[in-house]
Amino acid sequence: MANRRQFIKLSFMGAGVLAVSSGAYGAIKLLSSPEEVKKLKVDLIRTPTYCEVCFWKCAGWVYKTSDGKIWKIVGNDEDQHCNGRFCPRGTGGVGMYYDEDRLKTPMIRVKERGKQVFREASWDEALDLVAGKMKEISSKYGAESLALFTHGSGSTYFTNLFKAFGSSNIAEPSYAQCRGPRDEAFLATFGEEVYSPEITDIRDTKCLVLIGSHIGENMHNGQIQEMSDAIDKGVTIITVDPRFSTAAGKSRFWLPIKPSTDIALLLAWMHEIIYNEYYDKKYVEKYCSGFDKLKEHVRDFTPEWAYGITTIKPDLIRKTAKEMADASPAVIVHPGRHVTWYGDDTQRIRAIAILNALLGSWGRRGGFYRPAKYDVPSAKIPKYPDPKKTWMDAFPGKFPIASSPVSNAIIDASIPENKPGFLIRGWFINGTNLISSIPDQANTLKAIQNLDLIVSVDTMPMEITGWADVILPECTYLERYDMLRVSPHRKPAIALRMPAAEPKNNTRSGYNIARGLAVKLGLEAFFPFEKQEELLDWQLKQTGSSLEEMVRIGVKTFGREADDLYFSENENVTFSTDSGKIELYSKSFEQAGFDPLPKYVAHEEPSDGYYRLIYGRAPMHTFGRTSNNPNLTDLMHENTVWVNPKVSKVWGLLAGQYIWLKNQDGVISNFKIKVRITERIRWDSVYMVHGFGHSQKQMKRCFGKGASDTQMITKVMTDPLMGGTGMRGNFVTFVTNKSEQEVVS
Amino acid sequence: MRYAMAVDTRKCVGCSDCVVACQTENNVPIGFCRDWVVEVMDGTYPQLEMEIRSERCNHCVNAPCVRCCPTGASHFADGGIVLVERNKCIGCGACIASCPYDARYPHPSGYVDKCTFCIHRIKSGLKPACAAVCPTKCIYFGDLDDPNSDISVVLKKRKSKTLIPEAGTKPQLYFLI
Repeated sequence: MANRRQFIKLSFMGAGVLAVSSGAYGAIKLLSSPEEVKKLKVDLIRTPTYCEVCFWKCAGWVYKTSDGKIWKIVGNDEDQHCNGRFCPRGTGGVGMYYDEDRLKTPMIRVKERGKQVFREASWDEALDLVAGKMKEISSKYGAESLALFTHGSGSTYFTNLFKAFGSSNIAEPSYAQCRGPRDEAFLATFGEEVYSPEITDIRDTKCLVLIGSHIGENMHNGQIQEMSDAIDKGVTIITVDPRFSTAAGKSRFWLPIKPSTDIALLLAWMHEIIYNEYYDKKYVEKYCSGFDKLKEHVRDFTPEWAYGITTIKPDLIRKTAKEMADASPAVIVHPGRHVTWYGDDTQRIRAIAILNALLGSWGRRGGFYRPAKYDVPSAKIPKYPDPKKTWMDAFPGKFPIASSPVSNAIIDASIPENKPGFLIRGWFINGTNLISSIPDQANTLKAIQNLDLIVSVDTMPMEITGWADVILPECTYLERYDMLRVSPHRKPAIALRMPAAEPKNNTRSGYNIARGLAVKLGLEAFFPFEKQEELLDWQLKQTGSSLEEMVRIGVKTFGREADDLYFSENENVTFSTDSGKIELYSKSFEQAGFDPLPKYVAHEEPSDGYYRLIYGRAPMHTFGRTSNNPNLTDLMHENTVWVNPKVSKVWGLLAGQYIWLKNQDGVISNFKIKVRITERIRWDSVYMVHGFGHSQKQMKRCFGKGASDTQMITKVMTDPLMGGTGMRGNFVTFVTNKSEQEVVS
Repeated sequence: MRYAMAVDTRKCVGCSDCVVACQTENNVPIGFCRDWVVEVMDGTYPQLEMEIRSERCNHCVNAPCVRCCPTGASHFADGGIVLVERNKCIGCGACIASCPYDARYPHPSGYVDKCTFCIHRIKSGLKPACAAVCPTKCIYFGDLDDPNSDISVVLKKRKSKTLIPEAGTKPQLYFLI
C-alpha cells in the first residue's frame, strides 16, 4: 500500500476527489444542535470503489466527512451491476471497516494447532516464515503439495503467486460448494456458462421461473432490481420451493414442492412442453441436437407421474408449463446460484438448461443475453512453470467433468489414510472460512491435523484463522486498490476500486501480501509493479483511460462492438459444444459414463421425528462473513429455525424459544437457536439462514449467536460428475434441554 | 406543498436496505432506527399471502406527537414534514407514547429522534436516503400538490392504503397494494 504521502497525493490528484457542493450543511443546521452540526459538517468528498461484501461487485462511491472519516457508501449511477443502488450489505459495508474485532497485525502460532495461542509478529517475520515453509515443503515434496483456497478479489494475486510457485491446486469453494454444477450443466448444454452477474435478461422477461432460487433473500442486486422492474411490467413469476420464500410471495404461481424432487417436476414440464408441441420448433430444429432422444426419454414423465413424487397437482404443472410456453422466448427458467443440494445437481441444472433450450430462451430478449466483457491488457510476466501434478492426480478418474479444482477433493487429498495419488501438505487460505464454507467439519479438521503449514489471509478472525500457523491480516476493500472489475454484462465496462482510507492497524492489501511473498520466494518477476496503482495506471493507459480519469468517474462503460445482445433472426450460431449445437442429449456426459439425459432418482427421506434441513440466505448477510459487521448485525444478529405450526404443536415448541438442533449423525449444535413458528415452511422440513453460530470468541458480536447449518451438514452427497457437495440430505430434530456440560462455549 | 411517501408492497422484498441507508445517512446510532420492515403473513400452508412493508414516521397531517409536545420541539416543517428540534426537546417521551405507529425513539444524546424524510437531502433536490437506495425501487416520494410528481402519479394509478386510518391522524405514508 502506498505510504501516507503517496496516498494523499493520489487522493487529491487533479479532479480526483469531488468536492460536492450541496445544501446539506444548511439543512442539517435546521435539525441539529451546534455540536451535531460540527460533527456532521459535510464536506463531502468521495472516492470510487466496487463492493466486496458479496461477489456481485457493485460499483459505488465512498463518501467521507471533512475530517476524513468514512461516512457512507452509495451506488454509482453509471454502473450496470447496481444502477446507483447498493443493497443492504453494500450500504452496510462501512461496518466492515469500523469493526473493532478485525484482525490487526500478523500473528504466529506458538502452541499446538487449534489452541489459538499466537504472538504478534512483524510483516517481515511472518512473510519470512511463510516463504521459508513453502520452500521447505516444495523442496521435499514438490510445489504441488501446497494448495490455495481462495475467494474474492485477492484471488487474482494469490493465484498468480501459486502458479508462479508451481502449484495449480487452486480451489474456490464457490465452485464445488456453490455454482459448479450450474456452470458444468450449461457448458455441457450451451457450451457456455451463465457467468456472474448472470446473463439472465430478467428486466424484459415475461415469465421468471425460480427453482429454489430465492431472489430477494439472496440479494444479488441486479437481479432483484430487474425482477422488480419486471413486476411493474406484469411478469409472471413461478416459484418452486418447499418454503414460502419472499419471491414466492411475489409469485403468481407458488409450487410448494416436496424437497429433493425438483428433477421430477422439470421432466414433467418437458413432457408437457414437448407433447403439447409448446416448444419453439424453429429454434429447436435450427440450434439443438438430440431432440428425438429427449422426446422419447420424457414420454412417460406425465404431470400425474410427477404428482406422486413432487406433491404438485397435475393441473398446476400443466398450467405453469403453458405459462412458460406463452411467454416463450421471453422466459427464464433460472439456473440458480447455490445449487449443490442433492449430489445430482449437475443433472438437475441440465434439466433446467434443456427446458430453456426447448423454450428458445437462450440468446433471446427476456431470456438469456449475450454478455460482453472489456479486455484489459495484463502485465507481462514470465511463463508459469508446468505443475508436476494437479489435484486430479490425487484421485485419478474422479469427477471427470470438473473444469475447476474441487476444494473437497483437495481436502481429501490432505488426509494420508485416503491414499491420494500425492499428499497435500500445506494450505494457503485467502478470504474463505473453510470451517463454515465446507460441509463435514470433522473431515476438514482431520485434514488440518495432518498439514505442515496453514496460512490464513483474512480481514476478520474467522474460525479458520484459529487453526492457522500464520495469520496475515488483510485490510478491507475500503482501504485498498484491487484489479479493475471487468465482469461481463450487457455492455463491456470497467470499474475502479481505490482506498478511501489508509489500511487500519497493521493490515495490508492482498496485492501487497502476495507480492511481499513473491519477493521472498524469488518470484518478483511475476509481480512487475511494486505498487498496484502503477499497474492499474499502466493498464488503464493501454485502454485509453488513466487512473486519474477512473478516480473521477469510477465506472467506464463502453459500447458493444456489434448489435448482438440477442441472436438475430435466423442467425447461424455455432455453440461451443462438441457438436456445435445446443446439446439436449449430452454426448460428452455419455462418453464420461454419465446419464446423457437427466433422470429423477429418489433421495433419502427423514426418519420419524426428523426434518430436512434447508438453509438459505438473508438479504442483509453474505455467508458467514458479515455476521460480525456492526451495521448488519444490527439488522439481523442471529438466525432462527423455521418450524411449521403443525410441527411445533407436536413438539410443544413455543415461538421465540431457544433450542438446540441434533442431526441424523447425532451432532448437536454448539449453540442455541430461536424457534420461529411460521406457515412459510413445509411440515417435513425446517429452514435456517446460513452463516451464524460462530464459535470464534474474538468475533464478539456474533459469537454464539444462532446455530451453524454447516455444523449440521455432516452427510455430503457428492456429485459424481464434478465433485459438488450436496448438502440438503441432512435431517435434524429438536433438543430442548441440552445439559450445561455439553454446551461448547 | 405536501410531502408524502408510498411503499409498493408488491415489490418490497424486506431487505432492510432502507434501514441501513437511513442509519448511515443520518448517523443513527447502532441499535436504533428511524425506519424498519414489517412482514405480515396470512393463511395456512400452502395457501399463503404475505405483505412486506418498509415503515417509518407517517408525517401525519393531524399529528398527535406535535399536539402533545410540551415544549414545541415537535413541529411541522415545510411540506408537512414532522420534525423534532433537538435543542427544544427535553426527552420527556410524550410524543413516543402518543404515536400510533411507534415511529420515534429516544436518542442516547437525550432527545427524541425520528424520520425527517431526509429533509437535508430534499432541499438539495435528492430523494430521501431510503428511496434513493431501495434496490426494488419500491419507495416513491414527492409532493402531493404537484400532480406530475412520482408520488401523485403512482397514487392515482394504484390502489393504496394507510396504516391505522381510524386513529384519525391522516398519515402521509401510503402503501401500494
